[in-house]
This record gives sequence, C-alpha cells and structure tokens, in this order.
Amino acid sequence: MPYADLDLEAGRRNGTVWVKLPNKYFDPEKGHKLYNRYLDELEYAEALGFDAVSVNEHHQTAYGLMPSPIVTASALARKTSRVKIAILGSALPLRSHPLMVAEEHAMIDVISGGRLISGFVRGIGAEYHTFGVNPTFSHDRFHEAHDLIIRAWTEPGPFPFQGRHYNVQYVNLWPRPYQKPHPPVWIPSQGSKETIDWASHPDRRYTYLQTFSPVKVVARYLKQYRDTAKGYGYEARDSQLGWSLPIYVGKTDEEARREAKPHFEAFRNVFVKMPLEMLLPPGYTSRESLKNVMKAKAQMFGDVTIEQALELGLFVCGSPETVRKNLEGYWREMRFGNLLVSCQFGTLPGDLTRKNMELFAREVMPALKAMG
Amino acid sequence: MNFSDEFVQVDGCKTHLRRGGSGAPLLYLHGASGAPAILPFMEKLAARFEVLLPEHPGFGLSEEPEWLENIHDLAYFYLDFLKQLDLNGVTLVGGSLGGWIALELAVRDASRIKSLVLVGPAGISASGVQPADTFLMSSEELTRNLFFDQKIAEQRLAAPVTPEAIDLELKNRHTTARLGWEPRMHDPFLPKWLHRIEVPVRIVWGKEDRILPVAFAQEFKRLMPKAELHIVEGAGHLPQAEKPDVFCEIVCK
Repeated sequence: MPYADLDLEAGRRNGTVWVKLPNKYFDPEKGHKLYNRYLDELEYAEALGFDAVSVNEHHQTAYGLMPSPIVTASALARKTSRVKIAILGSALPLRSHPLMVAEEHAMIDVISGGRLISGFVRGIGAEYHTFGVNPTFSHDRFHEAHDLIIRAWTEPGPFPFQGRHYNVQYVNLWPRPYQKPHPPVWIPSQGSKETIDWASHPDRRYTYLQTFSPVKVVARYLKQYRDTAKGYGYEARDSQLGWSLPIYVGKTDEEARREAKPHFEAFRNVFVKMPLEMLLPPGYTSRESLKNVMKAKAQMFGDVTIEQALELGLFVCGSPETVRKNLEGYWREMRFGNLLVSCQFGTLPGDLTRKNMELFAREVMPALKAMG
Repeated sequence: MNFSDEFVQVDGCKTHLRRGGSGAPLLYLHGASGAPAILPFMEKLAARFEVLLPEHPGFGLSEEPEWLENIHDLAYFYLDFLKQLDLNGVTLVGGSLGGWIALELAVRDASRIKSLVLVGPAGISASGVQPADTFLMSSEELTRNLFFDQKIAEQRLAAPVTPEAIDLELKNRHTTARLGWEPRMHDPFLPKWLHRIEVPVRIVWGKEDRILPVAFAQEFKRLMPKAELHIVEGAGHLPQAEKPDVFCEIVCK
C-alpha cells in the first residue's frame, strides 16, 4: 500500500523513502483518496474470485501506508464475506505488548467468522531504527511474543506468563479466536535458515512465505523448507509453502511491459531502496548473513530495470499466456501451495491495477487453481 | 614501550588484556570501536602508570558471554575484574562508551578507584542535543566523523582492510548496539546517582566532537559540579588520539 503520489525525485534525492524521508511529502488529502482506492481494490478482489486478500505492516515510510494492518484488516472483515483475510504480518518485536496482537487478531477472527490468516514477522531492519527497539533482541522478543500469543489463544485463562521481555499475571483472552485451535499462522520472510528451521518445526508447521526475491532464491528457500521438514521426519505439504511477488498482466507482452515499466521501476528503485546500515542493523541477522549481503552489495543495492527483473524472476509480467506459462513452470519446479500476487506495486494507478486484477483473475487464476 | 598480551578469565568470560609500563594502576576502558591497537597516548601513559587495557566482553578478541545484555552487566564485570586482579588506587580512564561504563561502575562502588577521567563519555541525555546516529553511518562515514583533523581520518581509511578487521568491526558494532541502541547510548536513571561519585573527576571533551557534541560536557558539569572540565581545541570525539600530549598532561596532572 505505497504512497503512490510520492514525489519520486524527492525519494531519489533522499536516497531512501524509509526512516528519514520528511513527512511533509505526505499529503493527507491525497492519502484519503489512496486509502479508499486501495481498500476498494482489496474488496474488488473478492468479487473477482481471489481466495484471500492480504495486508502488511510497515512504519514511517512512503513504501507502505499500513503502520497498522489491523485497521485495514478490520475494515475488510466487515466489507467482505467470503475471502480469507491475511495479516502478513504483525511485527511482533516492535509491539510493546504481544497480548494486544493476540486480542486484535482474535477480534478480527471472530468478527469475520474465522476468515483470518495470522502472520508474524520481526519487522524489517529500518523499523528498528524508526522504533528504537533493540535489533540485537529482535529474535528473542519475536519468539517470546509468539509463545505468549499462541498460549493466550489456546490455553484456558487466566494463567500467568513469565518471560524475559513480557510478564503478565493474568493471561485471559476475551475474545478467544473463532478458529480451532487458532487461526493459521504464516511466516513471511526474505529467507533465512533460522526462520525456516523454526517455522517448519513439527510443533508449528507454519506456512513459509518467500517475499519479493529472485526466483532462484525462492526455489532455494522453498526447497530448504522441504528438506528441513524431511530432517524433522515429515513431508511438508504444498500448503506450507508460499511465494509473494508482483505480477502484471496486459493484453500482449509488449503492452504489459510498457504499462508496468515505470511503476515497477519506481517500486524497485525508489520505494524498496535503502542503505545497508538501515536494512540490516546489528543483530537483526547473524553476522555471517550480514557479510554475505555486504559481498552482494552492488547487486542488491543498485537499480534494476524491468528487463533485468524479468530475467531474474523478481517480477512476472506479460500477456495472460506468458504469465500463465511462467507460473505453471515455476509451480512444477517448486509446488508452492500459495501464490500471493501484488496486483498493485509502486506507482501503478487505479485503472491499471483493476485491469491487472481482472486479467489475472479471468485469464490466469483458473489455470493455476486447476493445478492445485 | 612493550605491552604484554594475555587473556584473563573473569565472570566466565575469556577477556583480552594488554598491560604496559609500571607505576600506579591505570585502567583504560575503550569506546565503541574497541581497542584494536596500542595508540601513542597509551604509550605515553605507560611512562607514568601501569596501564591495563582490556577489551570489554563482546568486543575485539574477548568472548561474547551469554550474560551480556546491558551496560550494567559491564559495570559489575569491571568491579569483579578490579577485585580479581586486586587493583587499588586505580586511575580509571574511559572514553565514550568506556566513559559510560566507568560512571556506572563508580556510582556502584568506587572503593578501588583513586580518580576518574572521562573522555567524551556517553551515559546521559541532554535536552536539545542528540548523539550522532552512528548506526546509520557506514564505516567510512563514522571514521570521518570521529576526527576533527581529516588527515587522520584519511590515514585510517587508507589502511588495508583485512577480513579479520571486518569481523571485529561487526562484532564491536553488535555489542555496541546491544548496550546502547535504546535508550540511545545513555541510562535515564544514571543522573539520579552521580552524586555518589566522591573521587576526583576530570571530564575531557573535544571541542569539535561530532559524535557527542560538546553540549553534553556542559550537562555533565551541571550534574557533577565538582568535576574539572577540560575542553580540548582542535579535537573531535577522540581527543586522546588527536591531541595525545594535551590529553596525557590532563591525566598525569
């Protein structure tokens, strides 16, 4: 949910739209129109036959206007009646009290009659700069908050919870979630061994969602999930794997690329961009992972054209036939049970977003659903 | 001047310790960048003192103990360190992060401390002024911001970067974040107890400090009125490195 009206030159000059882009560039009147446009688009997805709509959480950035996905998910819970509503996800370590997350998710689950998919994330590195939360405690806080939320959802209250970061004398959730034992939990990630080991553990078997990565990287991590599950002694189901990426469908390959190009490149080269120190504060990842990113710095932090993105499989774009064939090929290779399509990205305007959604729903989705 | 090189085990942490010179003990607590090398000011001090130069747990060649979670852990660690080495009448010198550790130590127990020298210490907040956000700086930006004399910065940046040096830098950054990310490089409760420090205190500050601006020195002076304040002209965040003679004169006086 980007601030699509952003002055892109201002974003470029600032080097990033995260953390320190002055908020004078946000115009609340334009924001009013954008929020309502995006919510209309999400509601339209139900009419077009999508299985689920998803929202996410990002703070103090033009990249995304949803510091609270709870607000958007709540609005959708009342305006839709069939689709699943996926919160991908709540940034647990950034929240001062995990019980608030447990309560808010439970409310949406009850209001929607059990249509909630809960996602948990740590928040991205930049958000440790904006929120002041210590990134070297990020993993600890995430795991402890997660444990508290799951216990609050599933164990009879009241009971006490004693942790290193959170201490509650009376955990006693009202409301309890609608779904039994609790809403499904998905874990969106840019890929890390620690996350895969944890998400695939037999106690959890959470759906792992690889987000906006080159297709080779997606394939590597989804395979790693399956291999890790085997190591734990079970076969991962396809539904435990997901891929989230931007897709654009036009009438022809040429039209699709022409229409998507400026908006995709704004997304990749303005909205996503940030310096290494902002992306990976100390302790957010292991120092080994940090060093690997430092080595790939030129590739990761430079600009990417739409042509390069298509080459990398960072983006799928073309005629319905091209998109269908690409995705069928990828599916045969990886058998991801969940495909999350960003039908809007960067500065893509409302008319093209709706056209993209319609073509995808009509011309691509049926074939994908038929595959499983 | 030769410094000996050894490891001591304190609180279960294998701690890298260098020593040089002879005389009354001087314990130097380094800042966020660690103490990778023996600098000229350390050699000068070793002409007068027995200089002890440990690397804090979590920094340099010292181990990263599980128990290290906040600045108070290091204060207690150094109290145990002083006791284990049975050091008395210690001149305690701390720069930046090390100055903060020295303050946290001294409010708890200054019985082994003779005097305190704080060089651009972190540890407190001051209204209307913020420490520079070193966590958003690249290694190069940080080096430039540390020094007033950019020739020194250039020299440091020209030195070859080894993989080992990168490992140590990432390790030091990690521990610095653990101790000082939030609240940023200070303990909001420390000012309540600074009156407990009754040993003589000298505060040394680079006039051109771009990491902790000199306004922090005035706030320290307000909180510790008996402390001597020395503002060093033509120096940034590391007056001990930029003006070693001036600095050593203040310490030895």
